[in-house]
Amino acid sequence: MTAAAQSLNIIGLAREVYKGSPTTLCAGCGHNSITNHLIKALYEYGVPPHRLAKMSGIGCSSKTPAYFVDRAHGFNGLHGRMPSAATGAKLANRELMVLGISGDGDTASIGLGQYCHMIRRNVDMTYIVENNGVYGLTKGQFSATADVGSTLKHGGSNAYTTIDVCGLAIELGATFVARSFSGDGKQLVPLLEAAFAHRGTAILDVISPCVTFNDHEGSTKSYAYVKEHDVLVNAPDFIPAGKEIVVDYEPGTVQDVELDDGSHLLLRKLERDYDATDRLGALRTIHESRTRGELVTGLLFVSGDEPDLCERERMPARPLRNFAEGDLRLDRATFAKIAGGA
Amino acid sequence: MGNKAVNDFTIRVATVNGSGSQSSNLVLTNAIFRLGVPVAPKNVFPSNIEGLPTWYDIRATARGYRCRTRTIDLLVALNTATWTQDVASVRSGGAIVHESTYPVAGLTQRDDITYYAVPFTELAKTHVKDGAMRKYLTNMIYVGVLAELLRIPESTIEAALGAQFKSKPKAAAANLEAVRVGSAYAREHLPPLENIAIEPMAGATDGLFFIDGNRAAALGCLMGGCTVSAWYPITPASSLCESFIALCEKYRVDPETGERKYAIVQAEDELAAVGMIIGAGWAGARAMTATSGPGISLMAEYVGYASFAEIPAVIFDVQRVGPSTGLPTRTMQGDLSFTYSLGHGDTKHPVLLPGTVDELYEDGMAALDLAERMQCPVFVLSDLDLGMNSWLTKPFAYPEKPFDRGKILRAEDLSAHPDWGRYRDVDGDGIPYRTLPGTDHPAAGYFTRGTGHDEEAKYSENPEVWQRNLDRLARKHETARTLVPQPLLEETGSAIGILAYGSTHHAVVEARDLLREAGLETDYLRVRALPLAAEVAAFVDRHETVYVVEQNRDGQLFGILRNELLPEQIARLRSLRHYNGVPIDASAIVDPVLESRRELAHAGGARS
Repeated sequence: MTAAAQSLNIIGLAREVYKGSPTTLCAGCGHNSITNHLIKALYEYGVPPHRLAKMSGIGCSSKTPAYFVDRAHGFNGLHGRMPSAATGAKLANRELMVLGISGDGDTASIGLGQYCHMIRRNVDMTYIVENNGVYGLTKGQFSATADVGSTLKHGGSNAYTTIDVCGLAIELGATFVARSFSGDGKQLVPLLEAAFAHRGTAILDVISPCVTFNDHEGSTKSYAYVKEHDVLVNAPDFIPAGKEIVVDYEPGTVQDVELDDGSHLLLRKLERDYDATDRLGALRTIHESRTRGELVTGLLFVSGDEPDLCERERMPARPLRNFAEGDLRLDRATFAKIAGGA
Repeated sequence: MGNKAVNDFTIRVATVNGSGSQSSNLVLTNAIFRLGVPVAPKNVFPSNIEGLPTWYDIRATARGYRCRTRTIDLLVALNTATWTQDVASVRSGGAIVHESTYPVAGLTQRDDITYYAVPFTELAKTHVKDGAMRKYLTNMIYVGVLAELLRIPESTIEAALGAQFKSKPKAAAANLEAVRVGSAYAREHLPPLENIAIEPMAGATDGLFFIDGNRAAALGCLMGGCTVSAWYPITPASSLCESFIALCEKYRVDPETGERKYAIVQAEDELAAVGMIIGAGWAGARAMTATSGPGISLMAEYVGYASFAEIPAVIFDVQRVGPSTGLPTRTMQGDLSFTYSLGHGDTKHPVLLPGTVDELYEDGMAALDLAERMQCPVFVLSDLDLGMNSWLTKPFAYPEKPFDRGKILRAEDLSAHPDWGRYRDVDGDGIPYRTLPGTDHPAAGYFTRGTGHDEEAKYSENPEVWQRNLDRLARKHETARTLVPQPLLEETGSAIGILAYGSTHHAVVEARDLLREAGLETDYLRVRALPLAAEVAAFVDRHETVYVVEQNRDGQLFGILRNELLPEQIARLRSLRHYNGVPIDASAIVDPVLESRRELAHAGGARS
């Protein structure tokens, strides 16, 4: 056996298993980086491929589920309407690990309604917004996450207020909200793993520059702009369930977030004293940073106390799709009472 | 002054909505049924919560007709706003029970009907002490008046009240008091009713029970193993999902753990609702949604997607007059052509067309089977008349067959067929095999998208690959012709045929009797689904003239027939349409058919 073949994850699978078809996106696209970080996170976390349901809408971002975990089932649905299909899939089989990939057009414009209601319901899934502030597949129109005053490649400035998908999610009661950058795998991979571990809707807004239509001067979603204005509120370190926490930090410099599967996300505090469990504080930070032209990244908010949709609906552990005639039909006597036979 | 109508008359109660008259009308309906007389109630109500005119027709019919009739024998007039038009609706020889303060003069003064003035308001003021209850109990006073005039025994009314207020014995007692106020007044002050009578019957209602179509459909979903439902409130479909919720809460909750063997979500709109059930169907649960025309519009994109991605979904369309506001509480068969091809591209969906509450129950189960067998969206078209009115029906049959889950490959199947292709036609019926997410086998996964996929579900923009896929889908649609419920036939060898579907059926039944009495025997084919079975063309071939009866202006089934039949077959068709928003009655068929016969005879074209 070669050394590479021996490198297997906790469920005994090689990293190769987590790969997909070759990307068809532009060279240098932030989305490709995110795909690579996802492959790493899925592999490291040890997601069983058959349990993964890759859901997406329409747009460049939504094409990416074809580029990772070939073995898993994928659902490339309608523009902005992936959350409903993801919700249905989860209700049918709550053992599925639902991973939704969306973009800023898919989420913040055509899909804003379904995005909001998915969060309200706290559907247990990871929802990634590959956010480049621009429509790629239709060649460079502004999206609703574009900042006021940012410009298009071929002229034109955005006059309309931006929709901050993180601020909105926190306001709506989201239980896990993070923002990251496609170029920062060190930050993104642990956040992804923590999102997998979280029970409920985990929102990851990942700024992902569009090299073709939105990487110029004047764009606030370009590589250069993000690198310059990225302000990390915390530095995450993911510790899988059952693994001992051996990192040695000064007291008070780390926030330890225990996740639903027993894993931990250690948040090393950076410049400011940021509390990721303070909903109002998170909202204030996001708002103030945006006003200053900064882009806050890191785990912005987390709450482990809210039941997810399946719990709220008091669903059994056994997937609904496995219930058969004997479980679901009334017996003859009961049936006769309501269907005229008694 | 008209003939005496025994067990064959219609009572119309004209009132304002929100006054609680529904309970009174149901008690009256139930009391007539308890005397063994078949009865068909129809609620014609406004799109409003309180204060607009509403009519409730209770048709006692010894022959067991279920459709509306235009002939009103006995009017209960409790709405001053519609007093004039209500008086005009009563047949010659009929009678009116009315609030005594209403003026009987001018247009409202007819010499061919009997007036029974009752001081309802006064009586209620005097006898009902509880002011909050007065509005409701006033309506029970007219039940008492009618019971006395129609000689319905008080014990029968009492039993009907008991059934109506099953869980509230106190309310039943208070209502009985109000009934007695009415019957006492009628006994003392009103002359007997001459032209209308009820006589107890034997054998006509044995074993029958009342159920509305929406509840019947919900029961079909329950017995058909539906576990996921998502919906958005809309008249007249809301009570379908609400009935499903009620049934699930009662019968699908583990009494010990409180765990539910179902998940029902009230969605943010109809597109999200159908998205949820398509997601659930993709992941292997039996799922349904229910809506009406406007909701169908919103669902169009996902339904088209599910058709091409080949995902099971069951969609009930309880049709109403559309769009927007105005007439959402009026009935129509308006969505037939719309649902049949909903979506962009070459979409065609199976559409089931139940005509009775029994068939709604059966089609609920059949649609869940068919959706999984065919791997596509299946529509069940009900309408407001069928869905929201109470219908007398025979008991529903207990399902004897197991669920048909269709062509699903499990992990153990995949070991034998690791090279399976998601969109490959293995069996020649156009229906491919599928796997469910969560299937623990390396070959199980595939990528689902609307268009641009080859037999292995790999991305492809190859023109030949796509055309091959469209041809397979057309083959699959042909398979559906044989799997959907087949037409129902009643033939005696007449040259004249009637072709109808859905709730129009009940008017056809009465119309054929009336036509027979007028000397015209007709044969009847009732279409039970789209795509049309081969039998439909054969029926047209066997008849010189076929009247296609439906409840829409443009003749939607007629249009589909014109698309699918041969020119010589199309030449035999005559389109008859009823489209005023109230359920079709027999005369809407009898009159134009007889007129058409006269025209054809005049032209020398008719044999019969």
